[in-house]
Amino acid sequence: MARQAPVRILIAKPGLDGHDRGAKVVAKALMEAGLEVIYSGLHQSIDQIAHTAVQEDVEVVGLSVLSNAHVSYSAKLLKKLRELGAEDIKVVVGGNVPNSDEAVLKELGVAEVFGSAPLERVITWLNENCGK
Amino acid sequence: MCCKDENKQLEARYQAWEEANKVSRLPRVTTSAGIEIKPLYTALDAAGNCAEQVGLPGEYPFTRGVHPLMHRSKVWTMRQYSGYSTAKESNERNKFFFQQGVTGLSVAFDLPTQMGYDSDNPDVEDEVGRVGVAVDTLADMELLFDGLPLDRISTSFTINAITPIILAMYVAVGEKQGVAPEKLTGTVQNDILKEYFARGAYIFPLRPSMKMVGDTFEFCSQKMPKFVPLSVCGYHIRESGADAVQEIAYAFCNAAAYIENAVQRGLDIDSFAPRISFNLAAHMDLFEEVAKFRAARRLWAKLLKERFGAKDPRSWKFLYFAGTGGSTYTAQQPDNNIIRGTLETLAIVLGGCQALTVNTKDEGHAIPTAEAGLTALRTQQIIALESGVANTVDPLGGSWYVESMTGAMEREMVKVMEDIESKGGMIKCIENGYVQRNILKNALQIQRDIETGKKPLIGVNTLTMEEAPPVNLHQWNSEHGREQQMRLQQVKENRDEARVQKALSGLKEAAVSQENIMEATLAAVKAYATVGEMTAVLKEVYGTFREPLDLF
Repeated sequence: MARQAPVRILIAKPGLDGHDRGAKVVAKALMEAGLEVIYSGLHQSIDQIAHTAVQEDVEVVGLSVLSNAHVSYSAKLLKKLRELGAEDIKVVVGGNVPNSDEAVLKELGVAEVFGSAPLERVITWLNENCGK
Repeated sequence: MCCKDENKQLEARYQAWEEANKVSRLPRVTTSAGIEIKPLYTALDAAGNCAEQVGLPGEYPFTRGVHPLMHRSKVWTMRQYSGYSTAKESNERNKFFFQQGVTGLSVAFDLPTQMGYDSDNPDVEDEVGRVGVAVDTLADMELLFDGLPLDRISTSFTINAITPIILAMYVAVGEKQGVAPEKLTGTVQNDILKEYFARGAYIFPLRPSMKMVGDTFEFCSQKMPKFVPLSVCGYHIRESGADAVQEIAYAFCNAAAYIENAVQRGLDIDSFAPRISFNLAAHMDLFEEVAKFRAARRLWAKLLKERFGAKDPRSWKFLYFAGTGGSTYTAQQPDNNIIRGTLETLAIVLGGCQALTVNTKDEGHAIPTAEAGLTALRTQQIIALESGVANTVDPLGGSWYVESMTGAMEREMVKVMEDIESKGGMIKCIENGYVQRNILKNALQIQRDIETGKKPLIGVNTLTMEEAPPVNLHQWNSEHGREQQMRLQQVKENRDEARVQKALSGLKEAAVSQENIMEATLAAVKAYATVGEMTAVLKEVYGTFREPLDLF
């Protein structure tokens, strides 16, 4: 199944957490791997992130959270996307996510939890699992 | 110093040694900042390091230390970065560390506090008390220091965007304990510039933020002579992906901007420069780190004396606090982080620090448990009391390798600083994203080097194991968030509302008229105005910062 177009992803930093090294490194690596990347910048509310995702017509949102609030932010984003009728937009999560929270996030509807996974794994997963 | 004939002889023997051992065929090895490391250093490498450059401790240019006897006369201040949940919980944790031998506190605030929001703001409910202690009003600060005498402890605050508010709260708590401002010791980080490109906890645009930094400098110069109003934070620059040279060079560019800012306001450089300090990181290349601290000390002395014309020798002294590198710690095999922390702590001590903190082994997963914090504290105590490294000043001074590396790092730092100056200075290079792009480039390279195995990282790209998830991690308790909200409610009900409103208008007037806002902030703090109320007033006047996003 040859893809028609590169995966389009929003890398987003929700809340007040300013740790953006991971988000920016991933964004840049994805761009260099040929994906279309939109970076939200810091201090975005869940509403802003959901609306950006819809307006930019992305296939997936990558949430980067290092403030330990990954469960509540993921739940709120999934809910907001459903409200906007955009439940087809996948949500994936990176950051310092304890292993024990992976199952919790997947139960909520998060498509994949990357934590601090290697860039190659992120790129491969996105190319294989997202696309129109 | 060797005489010329001896050097010539050595040179010939060294060349023969190189050829005999096929040194030219060895793979190139560099420090993390890309400076080539030779397989052997000899007296030839130290030829450029004349006695004047290395000198004696306590004497310009302070390569060997800012004090004559360094750790032989006074061991460094031992801090443990700490703060979580509510003031009550954090106070108990601080008392525990105090009993266990910390000599200085180091307060971590939660993100709503750092960003100027109150705990009852629904937008930030998920972050109350998560990564530090929630402080909404003076009442929280009073509780945080309950039973901790401010005339006997020094406190370091990791606070930047709202420094005037936190500083005013500390002054007010001191007054309540009967300790006058001139007796308070401690540090506010107050390095707002690095927030825009390394840590992200900014609120207002650069220029009004710089004005607020000037306000705190002025206030401390006049009223708090023992308090350090600025800890220029190379630590966060390094942790966001910079190398060891960029860490110091960008921190010095920031420091230069603060100095120029204060001098422009009419402050005499010698009235504040002796109390500028630095907050730095130590990563895993032990000798690179030691050389970095020594080079920074020498370069700072030259900058202050020659470029800024400071006349008081105390202004030339580079004072630093350092922490072990959180980004060098791994989530995998967390106990290994105790060993990393030990090596990095050793580098900080051998570099000649004034204060230090050790990160905890659970860094890769959550904020610390008390148990992990205790092991971290014990790391520096064992180095101080058992290892013997504090017995002599600058024990690595005179090492051909370390002296050569110190010189090389100093030259590289100068180059990076000149690059920024040639591009219009630090403020411009932050506003247009130049610094951010440089750091991102290095951060991506580090990640690629780890993923390709070029940079070995035990437990991550080599010697990996099947691991059970770590147990005994700090858990956030949402109950504490609700307690904090109730406490805030009580404070609001019991305060004199008219006094609060009057103080808030006073703060607004001070900000609008470009006066120093410290006195007005102090009045608002004492009226129990909240962090959120005061920040909202300042946002109205100053606006907010939007980061440049064309970084890729």
